[in-house]
Amino acid sequence: MGYDLSMRVWRGDVDSGELAPYTVPVEEGEVVLDAVHRLQATQAPDLAVRWNCKAGKCGSCSAEVNGRPRLMCMTRLTDYDPDETITVTPMRTFPVVKDLVCDVSYNYEKARELPAFAPGPPDPDGKRRMMQADVERGQEFRKCIECFLCQNTCHVIRDHEENKPAFAGPRFFLRYAELDMHPLDTNDRRQLAQEAAGLGMCNITKCCTEVCPENIKITDNAIIPMKERVVDRRYDPLVWLGSKIFRRDERTEV
Amino acid sequence: MGPARAKVAERTFRRDRWWLSPLGIGLILLFFVVYSTIRYFMNDHYWAAEEHYLTPFYSPCISASCVPGSSHFGTPLPEIPAFIPIAIVTLIGVGGFRATCYYYRKAYYRSFFLSPTACAVPEPRGSYKGETRFPLIVQNSHRYFFYVAALFALINLYDAILALHGVNGGVGVGLGTVIIWGNLAMLAAYTLSCHACRHVVGGRLRNFGKHPVRYRFWTLVSKLNTRHGQFAMISLFTVIFTDFYIMAVAADWFSDPRIVN
Ligand code: SF4
Ligand code: SF4
Ligand code: FES
Ligand code: FES
Repeated sequence: MGYDLSMRVWRGDVDSGELAPYTVPVEEGEVVLDAVHRLQATQAPDLAVRWNCKAGKCGSCSAEVNGRPRLMCMTRLTDYDPDETITVTPMRTFPVVKDLVCDVSYNYEKARELPAFAPGPPDPDGKRRMMQADVERGQEFRKCIECFLCQNTCHVIRDHEENKPAFAGPRFFLRYAELDMHPLDTNDRRQLAQEAAGLGMCNITKCCTEVCPENIKITDNAIIPMKERVVDRRYDPLVWLGSKIFRRDERTEV
Repeated sequence: MGPARAKVAERTFRRDRWWLSPLGIGLILLFFVVYSTIRYFMNDHYWAAEEHYLTPFYSPCISASCVPGSSHFGTPLPEIPAFIPIAIVTLIGVGGFRATCYYYRKAYYRSFFLSPTACAVPEPRGSYKGETRFPLIVQNSHRYFFYVAALFALINLYDAILALHGVNGGVGVGLGTVIIWGNLAMLAAYTLSCHACRHVVGGRLRNFGKHPVRYRFWTLVSKLNTRHGQFAMISLFTVIFTDFYIMAVAADWFSDPRIVN
């Protein structure tokens, strides 16, 4: 059964903008992105929206629906009352380009600041080996589709633009954790994670975990373990002493 | 706000009751803090001599001011003036453990610091540096509190075994014994599921393949760890309830129904 959906969509650019009201006919089983597309096809041909896969796998259609950061293609209209007006706004944390499209280059800059995986020399037969348990450990983090909803939601930069230079954000804490847990990596990024990436600014309030469409347990499995690893390096005198005496960690600090 | 962000006047468009959960949790935490403060300064009704029940709030009782029979580990601390909690060591150890716990941090940062109250709801603060500076940088000491709490958990186990004393000698079980063991189970689950515990048993390793035993431990603690928040809340209630029950029995407001002796 179709019905007429009433929507408000943020229209504008860097200089100004406002919520524009629309009424869009929608069908059963549709998602917010379908409604936005119909709106674009029938009433607002100049509406800017970014999307690709419509399957929650490309991470392009991130926006905020009724104030909650979501992938538009994975947000079912049945989650809302048919009488309810749905408000769609661009991600707040990043500069807007036009309408629902944001400039997410902040995230690519943060990715560039992160020293890459640096494996040691291979085994004599030219291969590198690690056990299955170690392979599995990083798998969860590799599900990330780079939708940047976690980055958008994180209050450290969402509410404090001035923290951006000093804060890499949850998506990159995933990467720091993944590499720090990697048995073959030779870089020690723990100091970097705390200093340049601003891990200490995270107060583990778990909003990144709450919005992640891939259900990655960002806080529990990446951020908190990484914080504990930083404690090993910087704040726990016993572990620090142990690692000096027994030379447990042969990685190069970067 | 950055000049290039979309200009949206409304602070949030969330229409769900996002304030409900932080409010509820905040009230629970407040109740716990008030209750424990009263109890720690009461310095009384912590040892039910006949039933051999010692409340976890006062365990171990190691001051010379402790009532006779309640000090199972001697009295290394001297007599303490009445306005100082005799269980000050327990207060600092257990209180510090909960205060620096990752779960409780999340809870009180949301409920009391409002940073943020709920996701995508702006925090009222003008500037924010998180746990990078004093005093919050001290949260990094959590693992030491974990070691202390693990020790206290063992002492609680000892107390729970003592609670198997019969009132007429020999072995006995009262309603209080059941409550004490229930609480012990919850405290153990809370302590074992701790993130610092997960790190210490195996999480800190970079190579599971080389440490199969610690990998097994880590897998086990990781399973418990997914429920850490639940254990934190349940054990909060069981510990208050256990303390209240023992206080009631020790103060003779109520007599402990005996199941066996
Ligand atoms: S848990 Fe940390 S990184 Fe994640 S949203 Fe909260 S403050 Fe940001
Ligand atoms: S971690 Fe989750 S929310 Fe963050 S970018 Fe990746 S998929 Fe998106
Ligand atoms: S369009 Fe690809 S994630 Fe939504
Ligand atoms: S007790 Fe909660 S994280 Fe350690």
